[in-house]
Amino acid sequence: MGHTLLQKVWDLHTVRTLPTGQTQLFIGLHLVHEVTSPQAFDALRARGWKVARPDRTFATVDHIIPTRERTRPFVDVLAEDMIAALERNCRDFGVRLAGLDDDRQGIVHVIGPELGLTQPGLTLACGDSHTSTHGAFGAVAFGVGTSQVRDVLASQCLALEPMKVRRIRVTGMLPSGVYAKDVILTIINRLGVGGGVGYAYEYAGDTIERMSMDERMTICNMSIEGGARVGYVNPDQTTFDYIKGRPFAPAGDAFDRARAWWTSMASDRDARYDDDVVIRAEELTPVVTWGVNPGQSVPVVGRVPSGQEPAVAEARAYMGFNGGEAIAGMRVDVAFVGSCTNSRLSDLREAARIVSGRRVAPHVKALVVPGSASVKRAAGCSMCLGMNPDKLEGSQVCASSSNRNFKGRQGSPTGRTLLMSPAMVAAAAIAGEVTDVRTMITQASGTRSLKPEA
Amino acid sequence: MRITHIEGTALPMRGDDIDTDRIMPARYLRAVTFDGLERHLFEDERTGSAAGDKASAQHAFDNPRYAGASMLIVNRNFGCGSSREHAPQGLYRAGFRGVIGESFSEIFFGNSLIIGLPCVTAAHDDIRRLMERVEKQPDARIRIDLQAGTCEVEGFTCAIALPAHARDALVTGAWDTTGLLLDRYAEVDRVAARLPYVAGF
Ligand code: SF4
Repeated sequence: MGHTLLQKVWDLHTVRTLPTGQTQLFIGLHLVHEVTSPQAFDALRARGWKVARPDRTFATVDHIIPTRERTRPFVDVLAEDMIAALERNCRDFGVRLAGLDDDRQGIVHVIGPELGLTQPGLTLACGDSHTSTHGAFGAVAFGVGTSQVRDVLASQCLALEPMKVRRIRVTGMLPSGVYAKDVILTIINRLGVGGGVGYAYEYAGDTIERMSMDERMTICNMSIEGGARVGYVNPDQTTFDYIKGRPFAPAGDAFDRARAWWTSMASDRDARYDDDVVIRAEELTPVVTWGVNPGQSVPVVGRVPSGQEPAVAEARAYMGFNGGEAIAGMRVDVAFVGSCTNSRLSDLREAARIVSGRRVAPHVKALVVPGSASVKRAAGCSMCLGMNPDKLEGSQVCASSSNRNFKGRQGSPTGRTLLMSPAMVAAAAIAGEVTDVRTMITQASGTRSLKPEA
Repeated sequence: MRITHIEGTALPMRGDDIDTDRIMPARYLRAVTFDGLERHLFEDERTGSAAGDKASAQHAFDNPRYAGASMLIVNRNFGCGSSREHAPQGLYRAGFRGVIGESFSEIFFGNSLIIGLPCVTAAHDDIRRLMERVEKQPDARIRIDLQAGTCEVEGFTCAIALPAHARDALVTGAWDTTGLLLDRYAEVDRVAARLPYVAGF
């Protein structure tokens, strides 16, 4: 009987079984950012501990970065405090930092892969739930809280419970205008926002195998929205081609040795899974969320559910929708392409392709915030969570390429978020309302096929 | 510190899938300490908060009948979403010493455990009964025995569950993990040495 990637990585990184029965797991890479680390560094100071492995630790700033005015000190004193604290902590503890003026700076889940820090077969931790993104490379990546950040800083280890593995096989060709974002929103809708608790999700099947690394990252990123703390794709040639030549990637002979090891870490053909799910790509359509969690979505040709269950009725009331209303045609006030789910160059290109030759509707405020400085200056989380000045106002409706439509998520306690793919956001920006991007693709004759690149 | 029992009055917070953005809005993550977070729990949906145009029903956290509660009763998938430890930190600082619910998100569960805030589960119907009981009689004292796996409230008893590792950590006082992880650091080095990527292949 073969093993899954998760089992192999887990076994190899196990230090010991703790008296509580948990596994002490070595963490191969710890990514640190300004929001979830200051209290952890302070805890180390208070106890006189060092950072155990600065060589396996890398920090950047992202959540609080203003999109517009970036001169220091920031006008916003709280933001300035947080950035200054991270700079001081990295200096005091000898941790590498891609700070504000570093051209490597960006959303931690965008730059880890870009720099070649994220690699197959390693364990990775970061004080952010979307750490699952790094699973796209065949890493086992955990989002953790601040006390666990402290644990990793001090010991390079986490105390964890073993998890089960659910394989989700996506098979067939994705129709034009249907993207990785639609695949993961569909998975979350089918399996539920709590369906993945206790599981790691292994995304497999020919559709996933044909996807670019950017698309795989979009899928793994949202594992946590389905309750799965870990999501991953087995490493393959696409993975190796992406990593090759990046600043922290092994080079020369070392790269060949690395590739052999990475390949050996992929799930075996006869691996046993605790659960198996199949999704047919041909059946998928562009998806839009109508509610207040990422599982509450419908195809763009669908309608807001009219059920009277409390969760459905409450979400509908918050969003101001009527049951049975078509989702297409919903007016939007803001269009946001950004976040660690969809702010990579390919996402921006896809959105640009839709916008090309058209104009954003006059009433729509459109905002594009790249994920990293290498994508463009002014990179950060921005309107994904409204910690910087980019926020929704009042009850504005936002078409967003981010990952969470929770109440108040985008900075206004009554703001409303509709999650969709970057291309769908672009379509909504132009039409001023939720629109089936597929109609714009057929109109724009001569543009390149929108099928995922092989 | 060993935690074997939790006892006190409770606050019922109804609803499935309550995410950590609701428990602790992101703007309160703009600080380098956890101090004062207890003042901002569920702020956006509470009376008198920025959410002036919200439904007028009184929020459980504003209801004086539940003042002083040390236990929180919740429904399904509580604490989903963001990994912010600020959510359990806020609850702990507000005086909560235990959460009982139908189920919890994994990250929230772990973040709570590591600060000594046990999250225990009970069956759907038992949670319903507990909530109804507390709503009728807010001064009812609930007693959770982590070792026996029981929850008692004046004449009503139900079973509670907690993963064995979490129970052991709480009752032996090993829930603050750093010391435990540093305990045999030589073994950590041994594992690092067998990982090809640590040495650059
Ligand atoms: S972009 Fe959004 S989801 Fe991603 S790390 Fe930033 S705040 Fe979190």
